[in-house]
Amino acid sequence: MPISRPTDLAGALEVLAEVPTADVLAGGTDAMVEISFDHRRPEHVVALRRIDALREHRVSPAVLELGATITYMQIETELAEHAPGLAMASRTVGSPQIRNAGTIGGNLGTASPAGDTLPWLLAMDAEVELTSAARGTRHLPLAAFITGPKRTAREADELITSVRVPRVEGPQHTAKIGPRNAMVISVACVAVIVDTTNRVVRIGMGSVGPGPLRATDAEAAVSEAIDWEALRCPEAAIGAFGRACAEAARPITDHRSTAEYRRHAVGVLAARSLRRCLNA
Amino acid sequence: MSDHSSPSRPPPSAAQPSVTETYELSVNGRARSVPDAWIGESLLYVLRERLGLPGAKNACEQGECGSCSLYVDGVLLNSCCVLAADAVDADIRTVEGLGDGGHLTDVQQAFLDAGAVQCGFCIPGLIVTVHDLLDRVPDPDELQVREAISGNLCRCTGYGRILQAVEDVKLARLADPEGSS
Ligand SMILES: Cc1cc2nc3c(=O)[nH]c(=O)nc-3n(C[C@H](O)[C@H](O)[C@H](O)COP(=O)(O)OP(=O)(O)OC[C@H]3O[C@@H](n4cnc5c(N)ncnc54)[C@H](O)[C@@H]3O)c2cc1C
Ligand code: FES
Ligand code: FES
Repeated sequence: MPISRPTDLAGALEVLAEVPTADVLAGGTDAMVEISFDHRRPEHVVALRRIDALREHRVSPAVLELGATITYMQIETELAEHAPGLAMASRTVGSPQIRNAGTIGGNLGTASPAGDTLPWLLAMDAEVELTSAARGTRHLPLAAFITGPKRTAREADELITSVRVPRVEGPQHTAKIGPRNAMVISVACVAVIVDTTNRVVRIGMGSVGPGPLRATDAEAAVSEAIDWEALRCPEAAIGAFGRACAEAARPITDHRSTAEYRRHAVGVLAARSLRRCLNA
Repeated sequence: MSDHSSPSRPPPSAAQPSVTETYELSVNGRARSVPDAWIGESLLYVLRERLGLPGAKNACEQGECGSCSLYVDGVLLNSCCVLAADAVDADIRTVEGLGDGGHLTDVQQAFLDAGAVQCGFCIPGLIVTVHDLLDRVPDPDELQVREAISGNLCRCTGYGRILQAVEDVKLARLADPEGSS
């Protein structure tokens, strides 16, 4: 049978152990486009949509864990409270039809430099959970999971089963630039988390490098400048934060934009998002 | 976004004779058999080319235009992004299945009355999308309407009369909740 429709995780892992060349199918919004344009010819498909356990999230005092097949629509509606920045980023993905289908695991699996969940996940020090029948479960920091543009450390017999982030307090904001407000691939995007639990500002930047990027120097400097009691920051430090983020970007010129514009835009988005977090 | 090669064309069966599957889909409440289909076929392709249901339109085959919109288990999706062989044991509802017994739905009638249809290619997808919106959100503001149809591209109308049609259905349904279809 060239298509497997497992109803539990063990069933899916068994198939991948037997047929490591099988194509994993979640929401299909990346995979089906590749198949229809003959950039991918599946010989065996493992469809995940019947595995209820992969569509769940778990909240503990310290950790938020998101199942791989949670859709953008679920994130927008069910997770807006626990992951406000991720919910904002999800709302900018594609269209309602795409958000009803597309999953966070699929965004990780594709690992596009423009993947809109990736900046938030990176900023939050996310860990990707990979599971195989042969070797069980391992966790990789997102930065180690993404090995290059559209390349990941996933082995052929592994499934992305979940992604987890620490729970932190404090305001979050994401922003994205593209030619219109809907249905665009990011020209540049950012996620900013003013993490009052650890008193650090976290930033992830997308579409300005081979994968999502942190701007660690910018984070360190602005975290020093913030008055954490009042949650205020001098305007000069916010401006410097934007410039330091722009400097940390490693953009390229392609058919969507130029490197110069991307660098400029990501700095503007970073400063703007921080201002929004601080109501400044 | 991919180059436009030849979308939706299964590879020559001689090349991969074994990668086919026979399965059954439930479309608009009817069981439909899909014999010996290449496993990579989209639901859009199977509906149009194998099951004779051309209501879902194929304009981009890459999730961009919404003209292939339909419901799978009550969820609005682009059928070009659904693997047909994975849609077994799902309740598929296409634009053909919205009205009952050949009657137009209130949304379809409002599109006609408002003059919201020009070439018509985008309309079946928009009809399904607008049903989805108004069934979930009975009283959407304009921003909600625009967001809801942001994945349905129309090259002709400029959207003015489409928005008018949505407003007309909304008001009619709010005035007469029993009368909606
Ligand atoms: C019109 C359109 C607009 C889009 N707009 C955006 C956008 O604005 N922002 C954005 O970031 N993306 C966008 N995308 C891309 C896409 O929707 C996202 O990347 C989405 O998250 C993919 O999820 P999926 O469940 O549909 O993945 P699928 O297409 O099912 O899978 C994607 C890839 O990941 C692999 N995979 C999926 N799940 C797993 C798993 N659990 N374990 C192992 N491998 C897995 C698959 O094998 C495949 O290679 C858009 C796509 C389309 C068609
Ligand atoms: S044909 Fe499916 S979205 Fe365009
Ligand atoms: S009426 Fe022609 S595309 Fe919409």
